[in-house]
Amino acid sequence: MLAVELQGIWKRFPGVIANSNINLKVEQGSVHAIVGENGAGKSTLMKILYGMQRADEGTISVNGKIVEFDSPSDSIEVGIGMVHQHFMLADNFTVLENVVLGSEPTKAGSIDFAAAKSRISEISDSYGLEIDADALVGDLGVGDRQRVEILKVLYRGARILILDEPTAVLVPHEVDELFEALRGLKSEGITVIFISHKLDEVLQIADEITVIRRGTTVATLNQKTQTVTAEQLAELMVGSELPTPETRGSTVTEQVVLLVSELTSVNSDGKAEISDLSFKIHAGEILGIAGVEGNGQSELVEAIMGTRAATGSIWINDQDASKLGTRKRRELGVAYIPEDRSRLALLLDAPLWENRILGHQTQAPNAKGIRLTPKLTKMDTKRIIQEFDVRTPGIDVLASALSGGNQQKFIVGREMSGNPILLIASHPTRGVDVGAQAAIWDELRAAREKGLAVLLISADLDELIGMSDSIKVILRGKFVADADPATVTPQQLGNAMTGALKAAN
Amino acid sequence: MFKRIDTLIAPLVAVAFSVLFGSIILLVFGANPIETFIRMIDYASTPRSMTLILNSATTYYFSAVAVAIGFKMNLFNIGVNGQYRLATAVAALVAGYITFPGYLGIVVIIAISMLVGAAWAGIAAWLKVARGVSEVISTIMLNFIAIGLIAYLMAPTVLGVKTAENVIGTPIIPAGNRFPGVSLPTAPIPVYGMIFLAVALGFGYWYLLNRTRFGFDLRAVGMSPSAAVASGVNVKRMTVYAMLLSGAVAGLVGLPLLLGAQYTFTVNFPGNYGFTGIAIALLGRNHPVGIAFGALLWAFLDVSAQILDLTGVPREIIVIMQGVIVLSVVIAYEVTRRVKVRRQQAAVGSAGQ
Repeated sequence: MLAVELQGIWKRFPGVIANSNINLKVEQGSVHAIVGENGAGKSTLMKILYGMQRADEGTISVNGKIVEFDSPSDSIEVGIGMVHQHFMLADNFTVLENVVLGSEPTKAGSIDFAAAKSRISEISDSYGLEIDADALVGDLGVGDRQRVEILKVLYRGARILILDEPTAVLVPHEVDELFEALRGLKSEGITVIFISHKLDEVLQIADEITVIRRGTTVATLNQKTQTVTAEQLAELMVGSELPTPETRGSTVTEQVVLLVSELTSVNSDGKAEISDLSFKIHAGEILGIAGVEGNGQSELVEAIMGTRAATGSIWINDQDASKLGTRKRRELGVAYIPEDRSRLALLLDAPLWENRILGHQTQAPNAKGIRLTPKLTKMDTKRIIQEFDVRTPGIDVLASALSGGNQQKFIVGREMSGNPILLIASHPTRGVDVGAQAAIWDELRAAREKGLAVLLISADLDELIGMSDSIKVILRGKFVADADPATVTPQQLGNAMTGALKAAN
Repeated sequence: MFKRIDTLIAPLVAVAFSVLFGSIILLVFGANPIETFIRMIDYASTPRSMTLILNSATTYYFSAVAVAIGFKMNLFNIGVNGQYRLATAVAALVAGYITFPGYLGIVVIIAISMLVGAAWAGIAAWLKVARGVSEVISTIMLNFIAIGLIAYLMAPTVLGVKTAENVIGTPIIPAGNRFPGVSLPTAPIPVYGMIFLAVALGFGYWYLLNRTRFGFDLRAVGMSPSAAVASGVNVKRMTVYAMLLSGAVAGLVGLPLLLGAQYTFTVNFPGNYGFTGIAIALLGRNHPVGIAFGALLWAFLDVSAQILDLTGVPREIIVIMQGVIVLSVVIAYEVTRRVKVRRQQAAVGSAGQ
């Protein structure tokens, strides 16, 4: 019996195809994981399944019946519940109050808390969620809150749960507790759709695993009938049909451009996102950071750019940059291609030429003293558009009008302007077409030959191996292995990334 | 070419819609809309009315620019009322009690007024960056505190005096501290001299936003705080600067009336220019020229409404029209924005891919 079946789902946004020909079959009473890189189309797919967005094409069947969702209330009606990554709970309410909020049972016009409470303990007991209905949510830990969220959707009658990156916010023992709870749900016939990119966790809990790459489902693996390995999944997620990026000969020099020592950053919950990271990058060197997403890469980048508080020291070109703000660091010659371009690298409502200024407000050709120099900026924007083949009718269109790939080419062009000495690049070729990808690689290689130091973070193992002069593997915020790109294979890297092996070579 | 039409179409549609709406209301009240509008325009065309329009518009312009500076950074300064009232009261006390040589007085008084406005807004800025208090809440609260503070300052036992009409206020400002006006031909009253300061402010505001790094940082924070941070902008510092600037400009709002016509700050000093400023900033889309047109339109409606009472039509119709203009302009701007984005996406689509 299939709980959910998706057939031929397509979803297009202006300039981007988020989902193409998605096919998915989820057995009732199973845990079905959906894995894929960020940007592969997982969240769009879940929004479609939860009724937050409509598919352009394709059909959704729930329990064998074709359904159409106009809003999440339609999907709740057929028994689909979503547990979001960010909890939607009121801290100053009790578990009981939070759970009934929005669907309060009434008796003679007032809320029937007694009835609600007995139902909550009934649900909690039968699925082994271990939740005290009278506890104040503000006093609960993250894992408990997550189970409250699960209870909330079960209370509303959900038989199919969608969990969006549920382990992202949890520490290891909480993950174990969550998995215990999920097994309890499964044994009671609840279907769980589990979205994640943490492969070891997926392997622990899922019965079936569907891999999404570049918006489409590429494979479904069944753990009951076959042995599935993390490397296998990693390969499926990343694919290997791409042109091979290769650097020719070493250009690494003796001059240290970036010297990071004992870099540690703790989040507001006291969890160390990165701990004791130390490394050097020389002029002409590309250092690749390999790792499954969410293991501290973003935090490392933010700490280096100065947008996240961190302890330890950062030296850029023999200057102590640890205490400098982001702008001063950029003025030292740091170029930055962030992971989330629309949120961090662009002003979507501003014309393209004004986006040329962003991040380079104090530098030529954008400013002289405190004055901006729009004429020079506009000329330079035209240069970027030509050199980097940004497809746009002009420099006055808003950044939001460009497709993702063209936005990325523009950002790369902007960041490579003005002879930077250090480039911090997160997934520089993600979401761009193969041609643009090759162009960006060429650009990185040329800059490296001229002495640029690059910190390259990528989920694309071929890109990492092909471009990097050396590779470090990050797992749970720590470097766990070094790899030599000349000899390492994607399989070995995959092993190290998932913690299967301590060293990759 | 398209750009020009785009920016004009929204306010024109909004004004046209409000004229239509006003006409319907006039018809409901049994008045002939065309006749009424012609009478309003006639009345507004007299030199006296034109002077009044320019004078009101000057005041509104300062207020709207003060609000617009905040809007550019997604800060909602509802406290212009409190800022300008307190600033004007302090300026009036200084101007009333101290005589300065030559034009120094005017310079000092304007500077003090701007400083007081900035300081009052600065409290809200500090609360926001240090304590996370929304500026919407704190500036409203500060409006009330300002009223109380002014009442204290104006008490005859403190610094206030009883004026001729038996109203409590500041001493009459001596001639040397007044801002000289300019008269239109045959007009019985002069145009505020501070209108030139308003024009200069408009240019300065445009230059600051579009031609300086500071202005770019400010707009970047308004458009995307996360991108601004990643580009190296210190958002907290920008919040403080923007609030201080907004407050300093708010400090100018009461001065045209104080230094150009009334020469004393009484407890009856008009107290709601700040809210008018919010409406005009919306109407002019925070653009210096747009705000100028908005201020003139608003002032025209205010002044020409005075004739309506004489013809037996309730002048509140004008207030309704002003409200309709603001509502419809907000909608019209959003619609044109969406059309623009869609057209650009289409243009980008045909350029490549």
